[in-house]
Amino acid sequence: MAVSLKRTPLYQEHLSLGARMVPFAGWEMPLQYTGIIEEHHAVRREAGLFDISHMARIFVTGPAAFDLLQRTVTRDLSRVEIGQSAYALACNEEGGILDDLYVYHSGPEEYVVIGNAANRDRDFGWLAAQKRAGEPVEVIDRSDELGMVAFQGPKAPALLQSIVETDILSIPRHGCGYVDILGYRCFIGRTGYTGEDGFEVLVPVEGAVALWRRILNLDVRPCGLGARDTLRLEAALMLYGNDIDLTTNPYEAGLGWVVNLDKGPFIGRDVLAAIKARGASRRLVCFEMFERGDIARPGYPIYHDGREVGRVTSGGPSPTLGKNIGMGYVPVDLAVVGTRLDIKIRDRFGPAQVVRRPFYRSPSLGG
Amino acid sequence: MIPEDRKYTREHEWVKVENGVAVVGITDYAQRELGDVVFVNLPAAGTRVKQFERFGEIESVKAVSDLYAPVSGEVIEVNPRLGSEPELVNRSPYEEGWMLRVRLEDPAELDNLLTAEEYRQHIGEG
Repeated sequence: MAVSLKRTPLYQEHLSLGARMVPFAGWEMPLQYTGIIEEHHAVRREAGLFDISHMARIFVTGPAAFDLLQRTVTRDLSRVEIGQSAYALACNEEGGILDDLYVYHSGPEEYVVIGNAANRDRDFGWLAAQKRAGEPVEVIDRSDELGMVAFQGPKAPALLQSIVETDILSIPRHGCGYVDILGYRCFIGRTGYTGEDGFEVLVPVEGAVALWRRILNLDVRPCGLGARDTLRLEAALMLYGNDIDLTTNPYEAGLGWVVNLDKGPFIGRDVLAAIKARGASRRLVCFEMFERGDIARPGYPIYHDGREVGRVTSGGPSPTLGKNIGMGYVPVDLAVVGTRLDIKIRDRFGPAQVVRRPFYRSPSLGG
Repeated sequence: MIPEDRKYTREHEWVKVENGVAVVGITDYAQRELGDVVFVNLPAAGTRVKQFERFGEIESVKAVSDLYAPVSGEVIEVNPRLGSEPELVNRSPYEEGWMLRVRLEDPAELDNLLTAEEYRQHIGEG
């Protein structure tokens, strides 16, 4: 079978930097440049730059942009002013999670919705389908017109400020706005998927390479999807397709805070309200392994008292903590810090215990 | 660079025989494919390993892989440094990152293995 993978505007840059390229959600993406652990530490200690041009970037514009999104996503967007953003979920009528999204209130009558690469077409179709006849709103997939990088780490904001003329350091966490960078009109958000301070930058495709090179020239390390995954896991951020999907609901995933049932009608609200009232039967927990040689991987069965109680959804070594960590769904009565679990690692069991979520809080985010 | 002084398995282990003792490790190609090695699970000294059978596992950040014995024999020594420095497998796969010393039982088994040239072709660098 010949699978043709898509390439981001930075593809040639990755090759010339010697990146190891891998298929990811239909894209040919850099897994690592020098090594996952080195790249991971760079982001925790200083700064690192990721190509995330594979992400879905959908613009919702027009007088009814707010109305359309407010009845589609779980978060109350009436509290999200221009220049602010919010993590949100798109759920279906059954309360299953279609995608986790970042919704940026980018300007008057304009929102930028960032979704997962694997869900791009579905996200676009879902949002477009919510438009009512004659409603003054447009849903536009601009993913192909824009490059996107994530510049993350405690030093990233000051370094980005050094190449931007307008003040960006006063942008608060989750703030956003349009700024000129290297002569290109960019949209930036003080957000990310690493558990560190930093910015995500949307740049017109023709400026992507210039921006990428300019930031790397600040003595910044390029980082791949491998480090992106270890960083987000330490911060216990969800990976769609692993930790959450159509079969999981927000409450069991610990994302109840993203669901504002009192905001008025939105897709899935009735079912979600019922789930909340009933109480979730299982919970996504964070666990750590006791032994260095025991590494939990997605799909490994979770046992308690000799019986299988769930599956690992994400897991691996934590370079920052020097421990092996993971997440998985277990019955609510076991979702208590300190509960002993046994992870079935191939032909043996590795002891683990439930720990507080997240695993790691960065000082750069006041942790 | 694939050293000429040893033989190889299709699963990317190498074996170098010195005075009847077989030193075993994984190739540079293998360590690059694995990425950062974080743990190597090896049998204790005294264990008997069998040619082409699983003798341990190697964990990188991204994945776990089996290790296969290039020859049969008793494990005499396990690289004591790998416990605290598994990254030696990445840094020096052919020297400091060795894994086992095995008392070679049957030198004829070496004929079942690939030469450096054959291994080079096997990984497509021929």
